[in-house]
Amino acid sequence: MSAALALGDDALVLSHRLGEWAGHAPVLEEEVALANIALDLLGQARVLLSLVGDEDELAYLREERAFRNLQLVEQPNGDFAHTIARQLYFSVYQHLLYERLAAGDGEFTGLAAKAVKEVAYHRDHAEQWVLRLGDGTEESRGRMRSGLDALWRFTGEMFQPVEGLDSPESGVDWAALRSSWLVAVTDVVERAGLTLPAGPQSGGWAAGAGRQGLHTEPFGRMIAEMQHLHRSHPGASW
Amino acid sequence: MVTDTRLEAELRDLAGSVPDPELPVLTLAELGVLRGVRVDGPGRVTVRLTPTYTGCPAIEAMSADIERVLHDHGVPEVSVVTVLAPAWSTDDISAEGRRKLAEFGIAPPRAHGADGGPVPLTLSVRCPHCGSTDTELLSRFSSTACKALRRCVACREPFDHFKEL
Repeated sequence: MSAALALGDDALVLSHRLGEWAGHAPVLEEEVALANIALDLLGQARVLLSLVGDEDELAYLREERAFRNLQLVEQPNGDFAHTIARQLYFSVYQHLLYERLAAGDGEFTGLAAKAVKEVAYHRDHAEQWVLRLGDGTEESRGRMRSGLDALWRFTGEMFQPVEGLDSPESGVDWAALRSSWLVAVTDVVERAGLTLPAGPQSGGWAAGAGRQGLHTEPFGRMIAEMQHLHRSHPGASW
Repeated sequence: MVTDTRLEAELRDLAGSVPDPELPVLTLAELGVLRGVRVDGPGRVTVRLTPTYTGCPAIEAMSADIERVLHDHGVPEVSVVTVLAPAWSTDDISAEGRRKLAEFGIAPPRAHGADGGPVPLTLSVRCPHCGSTDTELLSRFSSTACKALRRCVACREPFDHFKEL
């Protein structure tokens, strides 16, 4: 149950952040792409949160401290390169994690087997953009580097074993997941002509306690907007 | 448990004949999303449906349409349940479904490798308008999550490609 909440909240919160691009994306194709990725994530969130309870109550009536998503996914969109950096870090993680869950025999096997095929496209989308921006103009390269650097300190949290998926039977070896992630992300970043950020992934000043319900300041404002309609008009429909 | 395979087959044909709400040239049977129809008792039927994508919003319209068609056929209690496993694949689209997609102007998905692995990128996507295989990807995501946007280099027309899943 706690694992469903953690994975479901990751998908829900990132879906909302990507939805914020509607009407603001740099080109029409990206407007559509980001909305489609958001929709995939929302579908995954609905399945996962329904394992825990009423999906609407969980999404719209929980307080900030009850959310179990990674701090990475709640970070504001920033510019397009910043969003792409967040997409790269998260979609590589989600793809590797769901591959392992799909190969196992637990309560998430069915969903993971389905979602992993969707996430493969999210990952490909992010990788192609990192290459294009990193290997683009001085301006695009600088922005891609800034995005990767700014979000790096939120990546360490991804590899803290999720409660409920921390036993050998879960099929997830978190240390192996971390090294696979590092290899994959390093490969993309280097092919883009950039270098992996040098700072710590966690510890010291680095962030990362979303799984324990501790979130960063922008998250409160995000859920205020996300929950406003439902709280003001319970049961509204149109 | 009451079984009447002839009735189930009849109801399955009926449910399967419902058009897809987003791609009305295809039926649900051709799309390959209908997983089964079971008669649970007199006037009680359960239909199992699988979504193309986890977040596909069309699933609600599909469920409502199936319920309506079976109600009209004299089944008072219809329950449509969504199943995720085994995951739907574009390989589940029938040959007739692929033909209709192309006719409708949407390049049909290519078949996956025999090992179920990813589609080789070298396999070209044919333009549904002029038939040229010289086409390029504009965006991995198009009007719906299940489609990619491409452009034909030969006739310059943009077109949707039902991307492999």
